[in-house]
Amino acid sequence: MQPLEMSAVDLVAALRQGDITAVECATVFLDRIEATNGSINAFLAVDREGALARAADIDARRKAGKPVGPLAGLPVALKDVLCTADMPTTCASKMLAGFRPPYDADVVARLRRADAVFVGKTNMDEFAMGGSNENSAFGPVRNPWDLSRAPGGSSGGSAACVAADMAPVAIGSDTGGSIRQPAGLCGITGLKPTYGRVSRRGLIAFASSLDQIGPMARSAADCALIMETIAGHDPGDSTSLAVDVPRYTDLIDKPLTGVRIGRVPEHFAAGLDPEVAKGVEEAFAVLMAAGATVHDVQLPHAKYGIPTYYLIAPCEASSNLARYDGAHYGHRAEPGKGHRAEAGGQRSAGQAGGFESPLVEMYCRSRAEGFGPEVKRRIMLGTYALSAGYYDAYYAKALRVRRLIRQDYLDAFQTVDLIGGPVSATPAFKLGEKTDDPLAMYLVDLYTVGTNLAGVGGISFPCGFTKSGLPIGFQLQAPPLAEPLLLQAADRFQRLTDWHRRRPQAMEGGKA
Amino acid sequence: MSTSPQTLTTKDVAKVGLLARLALSEADLERMAGELSKIVGFVSMLGELDTADVAPLAHPLDTQNVFRDDVPAASLSTAEALQSAPRHDGECFLVPAVLGESSAA
Amino acid sequence: MSTNTPYTTIIGLEVHVQLMTRTKLFCGCSTKFGGAPNTQVCPTCLGLPGSLPVMNRQAFDLALRAALALECTIAPFTKWDRKNYFYPDLPKGYQISQFDLPFSSDGFLEVVDPKGAFEPRRVGIVRVHLEEDAGKSMHDDAAGTGDTRIDLNRAGTPLCEIVTQPDLRSPQEARAWLNELKLLLVYLGVSDCNMQEGSLRVDANVNLHIPVPATAGAEARIAKTPIVEIKNMNSFRSVERALTYEAARQWEEWQATKAEMGKTPKQTRGWDDPAGITRAQRHKEESSDYRYFPEPDLVPVTVTAERIQSIRGGMGEPPVSLRKTLASQWQISAYDADVLVNQGRELVDYFEDLATRVGEGKVASNWMQQDVLRILNETNGTVSAFPVRPAGLADLIGRVKKGDFDTSRAREIFAEMVTSGRPVDDVVAGMGISAVSDDDVIALCRELLAANPKIVADVKSGKEQAAAGLIGQAKKKNANVNPGKVRAICLDLIREMG
Repeated sequence: MQPLEMSAVDLVAALRQGDITAVECATVFLDRIEATNGSINAFLAVDREGALARAADIDARRKAGKPVGPLAGLPVALKDVLCTADMPTTCASKMLAGFRPPYDADVVARLRRADAVFVGKTNMDEFAMGGSNENSAFGPVRNPWDLSRAPGGSSGGSAACVAADMAPVAIGSDTGGSIRQPAGLCGITGLKPTYGRVSRRGLIAFASSLDQIGPMARSAADCALIMETIAGHDPGDSTSLAVDVPRYTDLIDKPLTGVRIGRVPEHFAAGLDPEVAKGVEEAFAVLMAAGATVHDVQLPHAKYGIPTYYLIAPCEASSNLARYDGAHYGHRAEPGKGHRAEAGGQRSAGQAGGFESPLVEMYCRSRAEGFGPEVKRRIMLGTYALSAGYYDAYYAKALRVRRLIRQDYLDAFQTVDLIGGPVSATPAFKLGEKTDDPLAMYLVDLYTVGTNLAGVGGISFPCGFTKSGLPIGFQLQAPPLAEPLLLQAADRFQRLTDWHRRRPQAMEGGKA
Repeated sequence: MSTSPQTLTTKDVAKVGLLARLALSEADLERMAGELSKIVGFVSMLGELDTADVAPLAHPLDTQNVFRDDVPAASLSTAEALQSAPRHDGECFLVPAVLGESSAA
Repeated sequence: MSTNTPYTTIIGLEVHVQLMTRTKLFCGCSTKFGGAPNTQVCPTCLGLPGSLPVMNRQAFDLALRAALALECTIAPFTKWDRKNYFYPDLPKGYQISQFDLPFSSDGFLEVVDPKGAFEPRRVGIVRVHLEEDAGKSMHDDAAGTGDTRIDLNRAGTPLCEIVTQPDLRSPQEARAWLNELKLLLVYLGVSDCNMQEGSLRVDANVNLHIPVPATAGAEARIAKTPIVEIKNMNSFRSVERALTYEAARQWEEWQATKAEMGKTPKQTRGWDDPAGITRAQRHKEESSDYRYFPEPDLVPVTVTAERIQSIRGGMGEPPVSLRKTLASQWQISAYDADVLVNQGRELVDYFEDLATRVGEGKVASNWMQQDVLRILNETNGTVSAFPVRPAGLADLIGRVKKGDFDTSRAREIFAEMVTSGRPVDDVVAGMGISAVSDDDVIALCRELLAANPKIVADVKSGKEQAAAGLIGQAKKKNANVNPGKVRAICLDLIREMG
């Protein structure tokens, strides 16, 4: 029994058959985390005690013949953007250091009811803002395939922990590519479901009209298994779809005969790394071998995706993050030491030398101290774009272009069933490579933001490796609620290839 | 959207910083003016598109009329409500003097 | 316009009323007033990370009811927006409100003064929209620099904001209109409009229009003083006082400065009730940049004609038509109908029950106004808790009509019924009252006439009022005699004497 190498589907079966106990299973992964996290920094919190107690309870219930949930004993890692009543929830921000939500996110509650075992909370870009995981207040995550490189983001910890066998499954969130891009850069499979398919209640909001939770695992089949638990209507989320959840695991094992896959020629324009381009073209060939047909399609407004996204997301974020002001929870600045604390002098913007009240001072300094630079940048950008005189030119304009982008997808899906292409223009980049250039970092979302703007689903899975041994990701996007087809196509691909079975060796040496 | 990309001055940044309740040092103002100008310049490429006849799309869902019944649900205990408060007196959240009336509109 | 001032006072009101739901607008926490601080809170109304709102259907229906009663046009499509500002009683850093697509607009509510103190005034409603309330900040003023305490029990309570056109022309009108609005909303069960508990709050916008005569260089025109928004008025009486003060203050300021609207930013002034003055409030530079944008956590609402019909159907009769109905159905004066209706639906129900049993509106109305209402006012009681129900009072009135006792005797009986809560017969027996037979009365009258030749002579000479002296004596001899009857019989007997 090698739990570290088993798929979630096989692990759940082994647990059910009694080949391994939940405590044994949890122990194996917790030990792995203990041995490996020092070099990867994928976890912000590990709940060894809680996980083992939970596992023991599941074992006891199973032994007593009492009912257990469909994921009984399966270790799961949670991105630290999800509220957990029994673990700290920080969003990788100093702002929420020590914060304890008094409630579980809907997804967390569903996984609990399914008897999953939470091993810990994973690292991420602060408030899910970033594409490299370097924006964490608690240090960057390292890519298990090359510790000098970024795992992608914002769900970098979730991607890296699965890639490094620290958990068979992790939950991520995707606002502009935050599941798919790190999955691609870490060589795992990540699904961003249709907007509304998974409840956002308890997901700490970045951009509410774009955020969506999804599974990150070693295979499409494992993602299908998790989706059966986490998807579904939540009356506590007004934007949750009241649509029945299909049996994804039953639906995926079908041939791709007759499935039409779109290929966007512009995806292969300058800027796409040649090795990535080659891997992606080869993936199309595999899908064709599996019975799919490939057709060129247009997404005419795709090039406007990044500017549209980088207006809408910061605008919503500027409002979503207003609640972090030191009043009711989270970081509060110590009173009265701010004015001359820094070289150049701390000052309240717009009011020379002072703040209009102790309250305003507390707000301004708490937020200045609690948020990292990228979060501040986006709050500033969003505040600016919504402010009087700029709303129409920026925010409203972006909403109009958003409609055009969504329409592109709806039009394309008139002629094809799926759209395939790269996840990222390059394989994993070096830590620090883009940190001085915010705009360059924004461009890493080039191929992924359209999915979120349109509200459709997308999946990312490995389709090859570069000569230097870095994973190359392939992305499929589908019409609303076509998760079964996304999972089916990815699963079919994974039955014909073994890219998703490859494991990194880098972290053992701990080179950094 | 103006045809020439918008440039933000440190004064603009200071004003936005106050709206966003972010204390910014002089150095922050300088740096942010540069970064935000660059980003705003980039996103201004949307100005190329004629969207006069395109309605804004604020949300990907077409769903409407989601309600709940007027039925009480459990509240938190005061201790739970205050458990992460930076300062409280066991009953209320404590914040520095507001000097003014309730914001209640 | 007040005829004795050299200007016209222009007033518009902005009213917030809490809706009578059991739970908050976006979560299941109770809206009950007066709970211990932070006991009616949950992740949603605390604005905790990850929490989401879900709209209370009853709140939306009550808001619709209010808008329909205010004759508003209901928008077929409405949505919610975030109004962004920082304040510790607003834990999310934004208020969920409505900006460009409120669910209703363009209505009116008329106010008529039955005493004719002002002309009937139809006040336009710009819009009614639905939003969430903020929590409460409590300042320890004595400490000055001390902490502010925040209680979020009220945060998220559903509020209707009602904005009028600047159609009111005097502080008296404003007060009367607010009374009418309150009456309407209470009748419809939309709100209890309790100002003490903050379930109705009013801000007023006021300025003056001042005729400026023609001069050599300029034609005659109307000068408009800068609009001032008045806040912190805690009763309708304060609204009237504050507006009266503010109009006078603006007139003085005009005479001193000639400052006109548009040249200075809109000013906010707070009403200081004990001092009886308004005070300028600090102007916040950025306060107006609320950065509204569509609330992405809620979905829009569409309202069909059927939905409007069904809300309208369940609404009940508003005061304005109820006054007419009462006046015509029970043949009472418009003034009487106004008095009854203004007391609220419960009193009207009591009256209609009573009038039906008595079979005569005027008598029922008199008893209501002179007795029931008087006692309610004296005891600060409510109609629902009033010990004498319409059946009991109707019984008493019936006995009066039958001539068993006179009205003043009946009042004594009524007072005892109220105190003891017992029916007419019990009270009558308890008070030793029994009906006196006609023969007994005639015998008593003969006796009195014989003993009072002077009165008999006075009456004979045409001074009928002299008979009153007999009634007092009759009461002394038998407390249960009906004075009216004694008087009538005595007069008859004297007439028979020739």
